[in-house]
Amino acid sequence: MPEGLNLNKIIAQRGMSISDATKRVADLGWTPSYVQEAMTFPTDYKIKKTPRDPMKQVLRSYFPMQEEKDNRVYGALDAALRGDMFRNVQPRWVEWMKLFLAIIPFPEISAARSMAMVGRLAPGEELRTGFAMQMVDEFRHSTIQMNLKKWYMENYIDPAGFDITEAAFGKCYASTIGRQFAEGFVTGDAITSANVYLTVVAETAFTNTLFVAMPSEAARNGDYALPTVFLSVQSDESRHVGNGHSLLMSLINDPDNHLLLERDLKYAFWQNHAIVDAAIGTFVEYGTTDRDKNKESYAELWHRWIYEDYYRTYMLPLEKYGIKIHHDDVAAAWDRIVKSNYVHLTAQFFSVGWPVNFWRIEAQTERDFEWFEHKYPGWYAQFGNYWKWYAKLSEKGQTNVLFNADTGYTYPHRCWSCMVPCLIREDFTYDTVEGKVYTYCSEQCRWTHKVAFAAEYEGRPTPAMGRFSGRREWEECYHGWDLADAITDLGFVRADGKTLVPQPHLHFDDAKMWTLDDVRGHILGSPLIGFRALSDAERVTAAAEYRKGFTINPIN
Amino acid sequence: MSATTGKTPQKSGAAGAAQFAGWDSRKYNYFEPKGRKASHYEDMTVDVQPDPKRYLLQDWIISFADGTPTYDERWTEVKSSDWHKFRAIDQEWERTHYQRQSTIVGMISNVIENGRRSGAPKRFDKAWVKTLSDHLGAYKHAEFGLGTSTMQAQRYGYTQMINNAILTNSSYKLRFSQDVTLYLGELALDIEGIDQEAGKHHWLEDPIWQGTRHAIEAVMGATDYLEQYFATNIVFEPLVAELFRSGFIMQMAASQNDFMTPAVVSAAEGDYERNLANAVELFSILALDPTHGEANRKLFVHWFEKHGQLAMLAAHQMQPVWSLPRVKVAQFSDVFDLQKNRARAIAAEIGFDVRQTLDR
Ligand SMILES: [Fe+2]
Ligand SMILES: [Fe+2]
Ligand SMILES: [Zn+2]
Repeated sequence: MPEGLNLNKIIAQRGMSISDATKRVADLGWTPSYVQEAMTFPTDYKIKKTPRDPMKQVLRSYFPMQEEKDNRVYGALDAALRGDMFRNVQPRWVEWMKLFLAIIPFPEISAARSMAMVGRLAPGEELRTGFAMQMVDEFRHSTIQMNLKKWYMENYIDPAGFDITEAAFGKCYASTIGRQFAEGFVTGDAITSANVYLTVVAETAFTNTLFVAMPSEAARNGDYALPTVFLSVQSDESRHVGNGHSLLMSLINDPDNHLLLERDLKYAFWQNHAIVDAAIGTFVEYGTTDRDKNKESYAELWHRWIYEDYYRTYMLPLEKYGIKIHHDDVAAAWDRIVKSNYVHLTAQFFSVGWPVNFWRIEAQTERDFEWFEHKYPGWYAQFGNYWKWYAKLSEKGQTNVLFNADTGYTYPHRCWSCMVPCLIREDFTYDTVEGKVYTYCSEQCRWTHKVAFAAEYEGRPTPAMGRFSGRREWEECYHGWDLADAITDLGFVRADGKTLVPQPHLHFDDAKMWTLDDVRGHILGSPLIGFRALSDAERVTAAAEYRKGFTINPIN
Repeated sequence: MSATTGKTPQKSGAAGAAQFAGWDSRKYNYFEPKGRKASHYEDMTVDVQPDPKRYLLQDWIISFADGTPTYDERWTEVKSSDWHKFRAIDQEWERTHYQRQSTIVGMISNVIENGRRSGAPKRFDKAWVKTLSDHLGAYKHAEFGLGTSTMQAQRYGYTQMINNAILTNSSYKLRFSQDVTLYLGELALDIEGIDQEAGKHHWLEDPIWQGTRHAIEAVMGATDYLEQYFATNIVFEPLVAELFRSGFIMQMAASQNDFMTPAVVSAAEGDYERNLANAVELFSILALDPTHGEANRKLFVHWFEKHGQLAMLAAHQMQPVWSLPRVKVAQFSDVFDLQKNRARAIAAEIGFDVRQTLDR
């Protein structure tokens, strides 16, 4: 056969070009004239009906491409088992997957649901096709993650916590933080939630930390499954980012939308930071056993992805459309991570709360201390003693760290906005909204609740904007309960009816594992109920006291 | 070893490396499987969308301005004493969905490729080519309308099982509307007489299609997501969609020397079998609901009446299409009777009576 000639070339026939195909497919839509489509998910934005940046893809190339990706994922999972991955996996890491994978399938499927909302508003059919593909992608992400979790449950040494996963998701104080993230995609103003919060901020900025930082750390801990699944998930994101940007561009030229866009970019950026950095920062920094000083810390990753890639190359260029970008919030988020120890305080809080978790957290050790001090100078002075206390109090028979007064830790208030506790004590603030007092981790979170999620914004009516609702302070649900009863009610007890699902160590040994009896006799309370009961003057004093923070006592 | 060294005492992190409380609890244990043991589909799906009546301790934490929570049972007029009972019959989760969708894509592209290579389109009857161009071209918009309706509807369901079944329904419909679009585009590369603009023109203006367009727009415009799902699968599909796909295209094509189009269109028949099975399962659970069954059945009769009238009108207006092919092997009245029986049987399976609409 002459060179350059092959079977494919001989039998190839002319097909439709991809641009012709997308153009034809885009012509499937029409404007109804017999029955109008109801605008069931409202928005206060105005959307110009000018399509932009059309997707050059049709479903007949999409499905085989995705199936091929799937084949690689499932092939890799099989290979991991054949290679005995779990013999060398780090349990410290896999334990945190009980929390992470309990949370993430719901945000994923919420993203699928939110495509209904932007699908109706889409300016032009090309974009709607893009949203349809994204809907199916997100269905993919949700169920492929449920599959990964089941796979861990079947193959990892301690399945407790995986086995109750969706029930635990509904009950745990930490997974509610993730639910704030997910409900934010689908509830309230359709553009605020499904475009700005989900795509313009969460997918464009923060999926890198979620779906790229996590896999790298997983691999360092002997877990090759998570990278396979999550890098495959992440490979769909560039299309989603494109969809979101197209829709953003169809809003941004209308000056009428600028005020709302500024509000939503501020809310979405701050809340994504507060939620994602708390959770993923903790998983990556505290769930790992790899203490290679050459690897990037979460702070370094953040600087690269959020500051350089997102803030400088995505957000800043929006200024040329006349949008005010909240530079101070980006700087403040960075300061919270590098100066105020946001991630470390979060990890500390999760570990203090271990008896009401549904995964294990083991103590950080000298090896870890060294790495933390190297990456975050000053870390040891603030957290060294705490983790030594934690190690000591992890022994069955001790008074658990949550109720042990010897440590000097004081339990934090809960932020009504981001649901993470008010961990950076000096930033603590509170306010009255519709006659009730609420506590916040930061000024930005106070603003989010009181100013952004309201019926008007800077004098402009915002009838489509959502509201915060529900029993947002988790502690209130168990106010006055005995810790053991609360754990039973949460369902965080193993099959023997007494051993706790969570443990403050990685001993896979009944003799060392805590039971209900080891934690009984301590009463949980809601900081907010107490704070609300104070007089105005007492509250000022209490807040000032809270802002002073606490010092962990030395341990010998 | 002191506790402060914190070293993992376990050598292996693999299942069975140690035995302790809960070491062998290796099944999702928070829901009641439909069968003896949970299917993989159930494990992937059940309870991923939470519910304050089940495990959602803190309730929904964001609401719409009027206080409506993130998910609300009142988004449909149907009532259920247990929304969580429904399981999709096709057991679809992501992997099976992509496998099936790409198998169909592969099947269709083989048919088109081989057909074109053998010059098949050039042998199509001339009148038939125009019929495909005008009327299959118009019909693809109906499929697209159902695709976007179900895309909208999948936001509202009260459980993950319901929403995912509606989502895959949407994915199937959207794929098929594109299949037909691109098929016609590829025929146009080989033969004269395929006008790619004609279909939309007929869809928007030809009296033959106005009843269908009205019926579809009524589905798109419905604000009750289960009404959309019902109108799609229980009313429009049997009375109009299958009538055209199966009662016209599939039956007529061969006699017009066209062996390609039926293969393309048959994919939609397979899709519908699955969507129908899911929908019948859901609506019969609701029709049999111990508390709300009777009210639900009344509502189904009402929905069938509302969308059935439009569908009947659509079908009748479509009748002239049957006289377009040169070789007439199927009669409208015969195939329509068949489809009415089909609709009757589907309704009977769910548990309500549609004679008052169909026998009019
Ligand atoms: Fe996703
Ligand atoms: Fe996404
Ligand atoms: Zn906050």
